Amino acid sequence: MATQGDGERGGGVINYIIRRVLYALPILIGVNLITFALFFVVNTPEDMARMQLGMKRVTPEAIERWKAERGYDKPLVFDASKQGVHAVTETIFFEKSAAMFALNFGQADDGRDIASEIAKRAGPSLAIALPVFVVGLMTMVSVALLMVFFRATYVDAGGVVLCVALMSISALFYIIAGQWLVAKVWRLVPISGFADGGDALRFLLLPVLIGVVSGIGSGARWYRTLFLEEINREYVRTARAKGLSELQVLFRHVLRNGLIPILTASVAAIPLLFMGSLLTESFFGIPGLGSYTIDAINHQDFAVVRSMVFLGSALYIVGLVLTDISYTWADPRVRLE
Amino acid sequence: MSAFLGFKPALLWTDALLLLLVVAVLLVVRHIRRHEHLAAPWRKVALSRAGMVSATVLMVFATIGLLDSMHYRPELPREPGAPAGAVRYAVEMRSLLDHLLDPLPVQVETSYSAPLATQAFNKTSMESDSGTVRDYPRLKFGGAHLSDSNTQWATDISARVLRGTLWGLATGLAILLFAAFVRGPAQALSRLFRWLVGNGDDAVHCVAWTVLALSVLGGAVATLAQGYHVFGTDKVGQDVLYQILKSIRTALVIGTLTTLVTLPIGVVLGIAAGYFRGWIDDVIQYLYTTLNSIPGVLLIAAAVLMTQVFMDTHPEAFETVTERADFRLLFLCLILGITSWTGLARLLRGETLKLRELEYVQAAQAFGVSSAAIIGRHIVPNVMHIILISLVMDFSGLVLAEAVLSYVGVGVDPSMISFGTMINSARLEMAREPMVWWALAAAFVVMFVLVLAANLFADAVRDALDPRTRVRGVA
Repeated sequence: MATQGDGERGGGVINYIIRRVLYALPILIGVNLITFALFFVVNTPEDMARMQLGMKRVTPEAIERWKAERGYDKPLVFDASKQGVHAVTETIFFEKSAAMFALNFGQADDGRDIASEIAKRAGPSLAIALPVFVVGLMTMVSVALLMVFFRATYVDAGGVVLCVALMSISALFYIIAGQWLVAKVWRLVPISGFADGGDALRFLLLPVLIGVVSGIGSGARWYRTLFLEEINREYVRTARAKGLSELQVLFRHVLRNGLIPILTASVAAIPLLFMGSLLTESFFGIPGLGSYTIDAINHQDFAVVRSMVFLGSALYIVGLVLTDISYTWADPRVRLE
Repeated sequence: MSAFLGFKPALLWTDALLLLLVVAVLLVVRHIRRHEHLAAPWRKVALSRAGMVSATVLMVFATIGLLDSMHYRPELPREPGAPAGAVRYAVEMRSLLDHLLDPLPVQVETSYSAPLATQAFNKTSMESDSGTVRDYPRLKFGGAHLSDSNTQWATDISARVLRGTLWGLATGLAILLFAAFVRGPAQALSRLFRWLVGNGDDAVHCVAWTVLALSVLGGAVATLAQGYHVFGTDKVGQDVLYQILKSIRTALVIGTLTTLVTLPIGVVLGIAAGYFRGWIDDVIQYLYTTLNSIPGVLLIAAAVLMTQVFMDTHPEAFETVTERADFRLLFLCLILGITSWTGLARLLRGETLKLRELEYVQAAQAFGVSSAAIIGRHIVPNVMHIILISLVMDFSGLVLAEAVLSYVGVGVDPSMISFGTMINSARLEMAREPMVWWALAAAFVVMFVLVLAANLFADAVRDALDPRTRVRGVA
């Protein structure tokens, strides 16, 4: 994939993207098969109906009705009684699993269309996840640069210990403690809730802050090692030798080269921002995709969970492709073949 | 035999696997001690202060967890009319830890009470001589030995803390003396003195003081727990300290048993992909990219939901609630393992790709040595550090993941005590006025100590074992 060479840039990238998308297809099919196996083969629709309707005194008619309402009353992969294509198309696999490739996710248990629900909820999810991502990245890089600037001093050593301590704290603690301190004791922002438009800001402040703080520990520590790897390189020594100050060396040389792995690793995470954060959204009552998923898990809404698994995988694969492309933008030495 | 003992040993699935893991670790330790080149990096771990102090703390956690993994079913008192030979055992299992903590598990209050309290947290109506009054009732067990709780409480607490501290100090010194004696009976006392004053090795000095500090803490908590609920009680009146101690086993099981799944899959597939290349590599890469592309929590959620369906449709497979919860715990480990082997496999594949091009491997291939022998003799020993580092690094993440998963509702069985279920049930109590904070605080603090110790130990191991940091000398 990414190798050195001197092919022409523009056409190469497009060819490359096409090839990556073709390569992504079998992966999506694999995900599709895994979810199909998990949801329909390991346990039959009959088992699911029995569980949802309560274990005791379930009449066979009630089970049949439950299955019919959700379209689960068909054969799994092949219907020998039907003619031609219908033998394959009028099955659970085709209607429930394969249809997801056409972004047709079907209906949730409450009767709403899952695809439109996803479209509606992606906005609020993004409103939290995007600021957390951008502000978090900048904070982590700044903290890491600070530690590198003071490397081999007590500031650096103390910073590393602090990072390890921060990453040892449960994500649940950050949220619960943050809600308690900022929203309940100081009464600066509402504890939870969401509003559209400009009013959203006061609801978003705390979750974004918590998201940033909870990520600093592991992020800053990792970036610090990346920068430290750069700082012993020869070009840095050259920069110092020609008389640049330490700050100039850090920002002009170390930061720029150290950012390459950071940016390319971050690009992979961007598409997944749409999925939102399960914990933050459910604690703060934000109507995004994260809380949608949690609600579906708690209500055992299998159709929604299935759709979210597929959506998450598709976004992950988009992230993989974007990562490869971003290599070429960030690092001119890399060419796509 | 069991009739004579008065109890019947019971082995849960996770108990057996945990035992297996302990045996495996002991065998590995023995193997490493016999080979100088393997022992050398570990000696570096032994010199690291943070590494050894955290290892000491982890040992305490491990001891509690192992004590809680030895289950038995106590004998029921004989019914009056029963024949002489008939012995019946309780359905519910108890662990050795429960036995040691007796009577803490059964000292259940009616509802909330604050740490070290003598009165309940909520007012109730009580009958007294002057009619019905609403007041805070005295607890059934917490401070029950005091006749006048207002005046005696402070004295009793300080007396207990003092007594516990002295006991702890004595126990700690005894442990250290025993350790010094094992090191060499000749100069045990002077060695102990050296450890404490710090003339000796730096890390040993720190470990000695950690042992003392932990014993004092343990002694104080133990003496207080005999008369009070040290961390208070929860909604149903259950002692929080007891729940914390029980949670440790759940965390350890998840953190360690998952590796039993991760390790074989990750090692076999990772090395096979790197060594054989070609279509084997393609298939394995496809496999882990596919698994990786499913968001972890969602895959776990989907799998756990399906287990739940299975458990609900097959209630006859589980005799007791404990067995049912244990099955779910085991299954959670399996799922976590299946979702987390990809990282290890990818690392091993990359390293094996590099190793197979080295001269000695090429030479072995030219001599016609079989692939299995080459992998066993040349590849595996050279990737061992990657395996060990990723094992210790994974532990803390798994402990943290358990809490989050249990919150989401796809973690351990709700009937099983764990940090996640504790946090989950205590979470809503933050909204009460005045606040019920102790259960949450206790769970978070103990979890933090466990994870921090695991992280620091993992860092020490990585610094010592990773050849890259060894060469660069970056601490």
